[in-house]
Amino acid sequence: MITLRGLTKSFGDKPVLDGIDLSVAQGESLCVIGQSGTGKSVLLRCILGLAAPDAGQVLWQGAPLDRRRFMAQFGMLFQGAALFDSLTVWQNVAFRLRQRMDDRRARAIALDKLARVGLGPEVADLMPAELSGGMAKRVGLARAIADDPAVIFFDEPTTGLDPIRARAIDALIRGIVTETGATAITITHDMDSCRIIGDRVALLAQGRIAHDGPVRDMDRAPALAAFLGRVPLHGGPDAAS
Amino acid sequence: MTPIRAIGRPALAATRAIGAVALFALRGLAGLGPGSGAAIARQLVQIGWLSLPVVGLTALFTGAALALQIHSGGARFQASDVVPAIVAIGMVRELGPVLGGLMVAARVASAIAAEIGTMRVTEQIDALVTLSADPMRWLVTPRLWAGMLCVPVLVAVGDIIGIMGGWLVGTTSLGFNSASYIANSWAYLEAWDVTSGLIKGAVFGLVVTLSGCWFGMRAGRGAAGVGRAVTNAVVAAAVGILAANFVLTGLFFE
Repeated sequence: MITLRGLTKSFGDKPVLDGIDLSVAQGESLCVIGQSGTGKSVLLRCILGLAAPDAGQVLWQGAPLDRRRFMAQFGMLFQGAALFDSLTVWQNVAFRLRQRMDDRRARAIALDKLARVGLGPEVADLMPAELSGGMAKRVGLARAIADDPAVIFFDEPTTGLDPIRARAIDALIRGIVTETGATAITITHDMDSCRIIGDRVALLAQGRIAHDGPVRDMDRAPALAAFLGRVPLHGGPDAAS
Repeated sequence: MTPIRAIGRPALAATRAIGAVALFALRGLAGLGPGSGAAIARQLVQIGWLSLPVVGLTALFTGAALALQIHSGGARFQASDVVPAIVAIGMVRELGPVLGGLMVAARVASAIAAEIGTMRVTEQIDALVTLSADPMRWLVTPRLWAGMLCVPVLVAVGDIIGIMGGWLVGTTSLGFNSASYIANSWAYLEAWDVTSGLIKGAVFGLVVTLSGCWFGMRAGRGAAGVGRAVTNAVVAAAVGILAANFVLTGLFFE
């Protein structure tokens, strides 16, 4: 379980995260949505220790997050895939594996993971520059799951993809999260992605969590309706509270 | 109070920056571990082998021009015969290391800053962290060691080619006998002349690669951020080489 307590982060005098309290249960898939510039990616970076929060705590399994231990069981799909330009596709996927096993075994696992995301072995020896946007995302996904992580983060997984490829990536993510039982946090502003990937959705607005509830209730939540600029269906969780 | 603040603030900022760069360099140099050998070997090719043509050509033309200048200037006080010795000493002590270092700075500091800066803005460095890999160990350590190891070799090659440039001009245009030119070059050259130039080369190699890595790792967002990182890296490397050369020359020869 990942728990955030009072996470606060400012850039200069501009507060980006203003006391965020949030938790994600083991095996749960949480989608964090919000407008551009509301601090969604900053939230991820603070959890990972890539940015230092001004205040607050990140807990993992009930204890302050030990970054080294956490990273060893962690995978991430970056917005632009962030594949290493100088390595081939299979070397990218097997990057972590190659630190502790020989190349033959690491390549075999990489090919297996590439197959899991719908890419054949003919892609394995290509360079990242030779891939389309959708293929790069799939390779990034294969790299994220290469070492069977317990926690996976997805940062804007469908940004830059056409709707058909975006839904295909969503379905892949949902399938992987379900079959591995990994805890997942997805940063997105694509509501269709949210419906497919998430069990729960949290809306980040003005540095705070403006809504936090199950995906099945998202159409009835006034805070989400305001975010989407439409009238909510009756009986939503925010209306009830 | 205001004038003191005006002096104090930049002085404190400069001190902080020097401290941060020094710590960065120490962390980079201390990052050796399993797999570092292969990574350093790859960088030796990138930094050293691929810089040979530009360093060689620079040394050749510099040695040749130096011979012409010394012959013409020396003629004013009947000292044209010193061309071989002055070319040799000038190349190995000063021009070989400095011009070689500046050429490497132009080629290598820019390339390193562009590569690492692009990795920064495309989140590849963040990806390294999420894959439990230390970016300092993966990106900075091999480049710093490769720079320190291969620039002295480039300087040595540049010294030889530069002296050869002087010999070419001396024997084809200035009327020197080939055998006596070579004998005179060696006769006045001391081991410390060569060694000091090689030490300078190692320091300049560190300055160049450190500058590229430092600015690359701190590249701002987008293409403009990478562009600024490249410019800053080349300028800092060039100024760093000239400043380090002054300090080392003072230490070695005063």
